[in-house]
Parts: sequence; structure tokens; C-alpha cells
Amino acid sequence: MRSASAPATGTRIVALGHYQPARVLTNDDLAQMVDTNDQWIRDRVGIATRRIADNETVADMAAAAAGKALAGSGLTAADIDLVAVATCTSVDRSPNVAARVAAKLGINAPAAYDLNTACSGFSYALGTVDHAIRAGAARNAIVVGAEKLSDFTDWTDRATCILFGDGAGAAVVGATEEGEEPGIGPVLWGSAPERGDAVRIEGWRPYVQQEGQQVFRWATTALAPLALQACERAGVRPDEIAAFVAHQANARIIEGIAKRLNLPNAHVAMDIVESGNTSAASIPLALSKLVERREVPSGAPVLLFGFGGGLTYAGQVVRCP
Amino acid sequence: MATRDEITAGLAEILEEVAGVNPDDVAEGKSFTEDLDVDSLSMVEVVVAAEEKFGVKIPDEEVQNLKTVGDAVDYILKAQA
Repeated sequence: MRSASAPATGTRIVALGHYQPARVLTNDDLAQMVDTNDQWIRDRVGIATRRIADNETVADMAAAAAGKALAGSGLTAADIDLVAVATCTSVDRSPNVAARVAAKLGINAPAAYDLNTACSGFSYALGTVDHAIRAGAARNAIVVGAEKLSDFTDWTDRATCILFGDGAGAAVVGATEEGEEPGIGPVLWGSAPERGDAVRIEGWRPYVQQEGQQVFRWATTALAPLALQACERAGVRPDEIAAFVAHQANARIIEGIAKRLNLPNAHVAMDIVESGNTSAASIPLALSKLVERREVPSGAPVLLFGFGGGLTYAGQVVRCP
Repeated sequence: MATRDEITAGLAEILEEVAGVNPDDVAEGKSFTEDLDVDSLSMVEVVVAAEEKFGVKIPDEEVQNLKTVGDAVDYILKAQA
């Protein structure tokens, strides 16, 4: 038997794009809605602002980010044969978001699927896309993280409503040239299902709920060794990592993981300050902005690490496009 | 095995490092949140550091019961035994 297309020895991120809604929600705005204040929010979670969608759906934001990534890639819609979307906040069950993205961008007959591992979703989806291209099941893919958490937020709960924002980030992924080093390292993925209820969006018309202390402890103690395994699998030493893009859950979690990782030369992404926690969208959003601002040189190794609801996690080292 | 006083002193060191608490303010009767201004996330960091320092396990569900420095000393003493 033959593969659908020639198997590839490796894949790389060709281009990135992101989209955030125009409406900015500040901490002072939230203080008008619930009993909280700017200093308290900055001290506890490190968030100053977040973007909130008005009429945009998850698919609208996903397509906007994917369209920018495609435009920057030098490829056209006709070159794309796989669309994978990581999201846990799509209200519609079918068509899935990936199909809607493909329709909006005029991508003809791609494999199109959504994947839900909540906040770790982008790294999971990037892993599946890397595998598909290396197996010869696809040639060029668009992978998206997109969330509209504002639809799943209890705006009367001051413990959670300060955290979340809406947005999307996307990457075009293609095969590396023969002899070129892979630009996407092996995915390190897993979960802690026995503690899965620590972050949940459960039931009919649900809200995000979480056990903050339990999640903080898990994230700041269990994840650094796993992120280092992702570096090992890619054959990249911690001191070679140029940037660390973690799921933007909470500035103190990111600082806690970064401290344990000890990446002496890494820029630590802190998009949380302006974007809040956007679940599966947070990593591609932060990575796309790093690249747009040229904060990481092209080709430099960047450690991605997603974690959260489930409790799931996934990460990999990628070469910056 | 650390004594009661050694545990209190050890917690004072941890509290200073994690949350910038003045060690002179740390005493058994003091509440972590009310008196020492340790927030819920810093409390988790204190617990994780105390586990390492005293070689004990302090499970998630126990953390909320540790209201005062004395509560933590009692728990660590018992867990060491």
C-alpha cells in the first residue's frame, strides 16, 4: 500500500497569524461588575486587560487568524489539505469549527477536525498535524487554537470572570525540505485524569469552574519536568531555548514553571497581561505576537507547553518561522 | 525530626522567601492570610516548600485547614511521626 502523499521526514511552522476582538475589558471595568479591583487582579493573576468578542463566533475568530497565517505562508488555499482546530468553547456541535474555517477560506476538500483538550489544545493539535504530514496523510495543514470563553464565563463570579478572554491564533504547517532539520519536535503529551475535575466546563450551558489552589500546585510542581522531557525529545538543551511560550493561565504559574525550568537564555512570553487566559488560543496568540514583534530570531528553538482543563498537558519544541 | 521550634523557624524562612514576610512576625498564633498577608497561591508555595524542607506530605485537601502557623506546625509534627 502507498501513502496518500509522500511521507515527510519532518515538519515546520511556515507562518503564524492571530486575531483578537476589538473590545478591551479592563480591570476597572470588572470592578464595576463584581467586588474586585485592579491591584488585586494584577497581584493574583497578572492580567491588566482582556479582549471580549461581541458578535464574532469561535469560527469567525479562527478563520481570521488562519487567513492571516495562510497569507503569510506564501501558500494558497489550494495547497492546504488538513485543517485542525483546538477549542473547548464552540457552541455549535456541527459543522465543526474546522469545516467552517475551511469554508470561509475557500479550502477545498480538506480533512477537517476539531480537538478538545481545553487549554493544552494547540500543542495537541500541532502534534496530530505533525504526525499526519510525516505519515503522508496530508501535505500542508492549518492548525488553529480559538476560544470564546466569554460565552462560558459566570460574570457574577469574581474568582473566575477576571481570568478569561477571547481570541485565536493559527499556524500553517508544512513538510521540511529533504535534509532540513525538523522544525516541530516530538510532542510530549499526557494528562492527570484522576484530578481532571480541578478545571471543568461541565453540564448543559456551563461555566468554567476551577479549584485554583489545586491547579496552581499541579502546574507549578508537575509540569516543569515534563516540559524538560519535551526538550530532550527534540534534542535541544535548556540553554538553547530562545523563548518559552506556556499556556497563558496566570502570570504566577508561568513564573513558577519558568523558575523550575531554568532556561537561562529564554524570553518568557507574558501575553496574559494584555490578553488574559484564552485557553487553547493562548499559545498560538502569544507565539504569533512574538514573531510579529521579531522578539525571537527565525529558526530559534521555542518551547511550547500547554496545560489545563482535564487535566491535560502537551508541549513541543518548535523552530520559530 | 524537627522540633516544634525548629519547624516554626523553618516556616519563617519559607514565608520570608515566598511571600516576603518579616521572620520576626511569624508566631504560632498568627493567621497566614489575616496577619501575615499570605494569599491563597503563596500559601500553596509555602506548603510545597514545607514538604521539601521537612520531608512530609501535605495533601491539597489539607491546605485549607492550615489557618495559622500553629496549625501548620501541628500538622508537620504529626506527619513526621
